Amino acid sequence: MSMEYEKLISPLAAQMRPSGIRKFFDIAAEMEECISLSVGEPDFKTPWAIRDAAINSLQRGRTRYTANAGMKELRTQIAAYMDRRFGLSYDPASEMLVTVGGSEAIDLAIRALVCPGDEVIIPEPCFVCYDPITTLTGGVPVPVPLKAENGFKLTAEELKAAITPRTKLLVLPFPCNPTGAVMEKQDLEALAEVLRDTNVVVLSDEIYAELTYGARRHVSIASLPGMAERTIVVNGFSKTYAMTGWRLGYACGPAPIIKVMLKLHQNCIMSAPTTSQYGAIVALRDCDDQIEQMRQEYDMRRRLLVREFNNMGLACFEPGGAFYVFPYVGGTGLSSDEFCQQLLRRKHVAIVPGTAFGASGEGYARVSYAYSVAHLQEALSRIREFLWELRGC
Amino acid sequence: MERMLKLLEQNARLSVEELAAMLGVTAEEVALQMDKYRRDGVIRGFNTLIDWDKTDDGRVQAVIELRVRPKKDRGFDDVAAAVAAFEEVESLLLMSGGYDLQVVMRGKSFQDIALFVAKRLSPLDDVLGTATHFVLRTYKKDGQLFQDDEPDERETVF
Repeated sequence: MSMEYEKLISPLAAQMRPSGIRKFFDIAAEMEECISLSVGEPDFKTPWAIRDAAINSLQRGRTRYTANAGMKELRTQIAAYMDRRFGLSYDPASEMLVTVGGSEAIDLAIRALVCPGDEVIIPEPCFVCYDPITTLTGGVPVPVPLKAENGFKLTAEELKAAITPRTKLLVLPFPCNPTGAVMEKQDLEALAEVLRDTNVVVLSDEIYAELTYGARRHVSIASLPGMAERTIVVNGFSKTYAMTGWRLGYACGPAPIIKVMLKLHQNCIMSAPTTSQYGAIVALRDCDDQIEQMRQEYDMRRRLLVREFNNMGLACFEPGGAFYVFPYVGGTGLSSDEFCQQLLRRKHVAIVPGTAFGASGEGYARVSYAYSVAHLQEALSRIREFLWELRGC
Repeated sequence: MERMLKLLEQNARLSVEELAAMLGVTAEEVALQMDKYRRDGVIRGFNTLIDWDKTDDGRVQAVIELRVRPKKDRGFDDVAAAVAAFEEVESLLLMSGGYDLQVVMRGKSFQDIALFVAKRLSPLDDVLGTATHFVLRTYKKDGQLFQDDEPDERETVF
């Protein structure tokens, strides 16, 4: 009997929309001399002390599963870190779970909470995974288009308008990929004001928490009065410590939710990679200086890009976090997709159309600055040429 | 402003405007500071880092250890000035340890360098002895790796 795969595949899985970034990379990969400003991971290597700790653990033969929730010592370090950096207090034994990247933590949180028909509020443009995971659980994604005039922040009015009796979860992805927007304390307080009267849980994806620029540090919504009990904070090592390939993240939140997430994790994953956990202990304990150095380097690149894009007539607001700038390309008369396709074809520069992150990204493009200054300069000069040619004809 | 020096040390071609943007100060401030650094001798030049081995230049490079006799009042400065004055000398450092001055120089051939040592350096009054080491290959210089860039292995995951 011949296999009819199209009938076999779950319709929910089949309908999952493909990543819009993927398409660009496939074209770019075929191209010679292509300059990419499109990746979402640091160009730095993981600090040596972290690599050394992991190598050491391998040499000592520490290669077994860890506790499902993650090594106790790592959880203790995470608790100390959350307190030291963000003023958050979590019990390592019951309010914390080490996961395979921040991605798994997001998946677990959504699956632990969302029932068929439940609504999940997703501010857009944003990272692409929240919508498909919600859909897989039978939940209903409710996109909230963020506005450029608000600096791509979520406002209390927008939140209030999106909440219905079916709202289960609010995804709060700040500092934001792709816009670089951050929510300041007073912005979060306005949201908290709305949320305190509801049963809505906040999934605060704070993976870029260490990459904020300017005088003010990242504020977690969980640190506001009455919010820890209704917030799951997701964080991880990928962006902060340049540890993307180590696949390590964590979730902190109310014990009853973490308990269920742990059950899911135990069945799907067992435990996060042991070698990575050994490295992560050292990351949290000894690497504050290194992450500050990386942050300063990103900051210089960010300032450079913001200035250059504004100078070449692509209005670019100053993003307060992550490692992306989000210039407005709509002024050229091209759609985001057309702009990026033409730039790629004519100048071999790959950037990502804003629409890959939701319909409200139309008119914008995401430019990553996880690249050396020399690389950025070359890409900028090609984009400048491209604009001259566009305006010339 | 020390961050400006670090940026320039890596890339002297950054414009005043670019530096200003990266440092979050005005272009005027960068220009003023840059002038001051040059006047004070903090910034000594804006040289280009060249991998001569990739050209058909064919010259060879050597590191020469000099043991010298220090002068009563002037220490090593007189002999150092005499050695530094030779155009062939690329860098000259006063060292701690087994010898006194380290000369880095370039010449047309091994013989050329050997002759330079024998005829120009050794006869200097206060030079007591020399040891010449030829450079076989440069792996890294002034913070830059002298090999082709590793390809960017980052994949599109999203």
